Amino acid sequence: MIEFQQVTKRYDSDHTALRQVNFSLSRGELTFLTGHSGAGKSTLLKLIMLMERPTAGKIVIGGQLLNTLPRRQIPYLRRHIGVVFQNHQLLFDRTVFANVAMPLEVMGTPARDIGRRVRAALDKVGLLSKEKMNPMQLSGGEQQRVGIARAVVNKPPVLLADEPTGNLDPDLSADIMRLFEQFSQVGVTVLIASHDISLINAMGRRTLTLEQGRLVAGAAHGH
Amino acid sequence: MATDPLLRRPKPARAVGRKAPLLPEAAGIYLAHHRQVAKDSAQRLWRAPLASLMTWLVMGVALALPVGLLLVLSSVQGVSAGWDSSARITVYLADQVTLEQARRLRADVAARANIQEVVLVDRDTALQEFRTGSGLDEALAYLDENPLPHSLLVTPDESARTAAAVELLADSLGAMGEAARVQIDLDWLQRLSAITRLLERVVWVLALLLGGAVILVIGNTIRLAIENRRDEILVAKLVGGTDGFVRRPFLYTGLWYGLGGGLVALLLLGLALWWLSGPVERLADLYRSQFELSGLGLEGVLALLGCAMLLGWLGAWLAVKRHLDAIEPGVPAGSG
Repeated sequence: MIEFQQVTKRYDSDHTALRQVNFSLSRGELTFLTGHSGAGKSTLLKLIMLMERPTAGKIVIGGQLLNTLPRRQIPYLRRHIGVVFQNHQLLFDRTVFANVAMPLEVMGTPARDIGRRVRAALDKVGLLSKEKMNPMQLSGGEQQRVGIARAVVNKPPVLLADEPTGNLDPDLSADIMRLFEQFSQVGVTVLIASHDISLINAMGRRTLTLEQGRLVAGAAHGH
Repeated sequence: MATDPLLRRPKPARAVGRKAPLLPEAAGIYLAHHRQVAKDSAQRLWRAPLASLMTWLVMGVALALPVGLLLVLSSVQGVSAGWDSSARITVYLADQVTLEQARRLRADVAARANIQEVVLVDRDTALQEFRTGSGLDEALAYLDENPLPHSLLVTPDESARTAAAVELLADSLGAMGEAARVQIDLDWLQRLSAITRLLERVVWVLALLLGGAVILVIGNTIRLAIENRRDEILVAKLVGGTDGFVRRPFLYTGLWYGLGGGLVALLLLGLALWWLSGPVERLADLYRSQFELSGLGLEGVLALLGCAMLLGWLGAWLAVKRHLDAIEPGVPAGSG
């Protein structure tokens, strides 16, 4: 589902964020991405989202080679990739429902389907009763779950998460991880960037480890 | 690796995992979305009435000024177009032309195209009129003979009453052997029309400058709106909103600013016309003229509103082009 071949990203002559990274994730796989700050986790996620273009190497998502994807096609690619952020990027000028509905609106989903699918997503993360509230009224864990609902509302085949448990206590983190596991069980390819080693170890999943832009562990398949 | 069919066909109105909507349905959704965005952006303006009103006023003044001047100019041009009484050409015939010859000449000229009426004033009648009109009765009595020639008063057709056509006619009348002198009471009209032509250019330059100013004002207003909604734009782009989707609300905002500005301009013009109409009538009376300030009319109103909306849209488009495309999802905070 996600494939990196010899991917290098250089920002300028003395800053190389990723060096010759090779890996591939298959459908329904849940994988962690770890490494110190500045090891290249964000860069890797941004390359998948096409917020950045690789300097060298190939990136293939769902059979689509990203290197040659024209700029105006980028939005259509992003509709197939759900993203969860540490700071969850919710909009506080609208309700929880409206936040979750955004990916459907940009796709031109008919209004009658939007209601049904937003409620299904909110139900999935256990926040159906809070759809009319403002995200500001919710706790940190709940806000993160709204972010997850928004990321999966259009059933993307790929789900990326950037430090999704960064601000949460261990219990809430475990809850969130269980959600991600459920998504991978229904075939979603999940990639979670995190430096929470204890959580990663507890999950016992395949882990890609980056060190100064190099992939030092997890490149091969298997746990 | 497996090829996922979901990613192979990136189509705008496609719901993941479902059949693509039929074309009419997709078009319906698209139109409904436009309606929704148009409504939302109008409501946004309505929710900040003071700020919107300021923009509308600025736009209204900038639009009303050139349009008002153009209206005045076209009214003035209406004066030169409706100068029936002064459209006469007087042809003084040579002294040796007899009354018989003059009558024949009158018939000849009257038979020409573009002529409405030709009146022959024989020298006796002319003297008579001059006596009663000038009050020089006694002085004239000293003259041995009538010094006045026969003359023809030529009134051109309605269609031939432009300055150029009258001049042409006068030239051809003057070319007749029997004509001694041709006189048109046209000079002041020519001057007026030259002045209005000049003023018209000035007004157009003014209109262009003010139109540019309107575009800049709207552009700046939209730039602020873009800054205010930066987060929303970022999220929309992150979840796959196309450039068109992200731009749409701002372009509609520009349209609404334009419409509001156009309405304010109409209001200002209406007030100005109402306020000026009294004095103008009095002045026109003094000159025994038919002059009146004309309003815009339905077509003019629609044209003004259309132009205003176009300018608003243009300003928004410029701002969107410059500032919106620059907002790209950047570093997701938290990790390196």
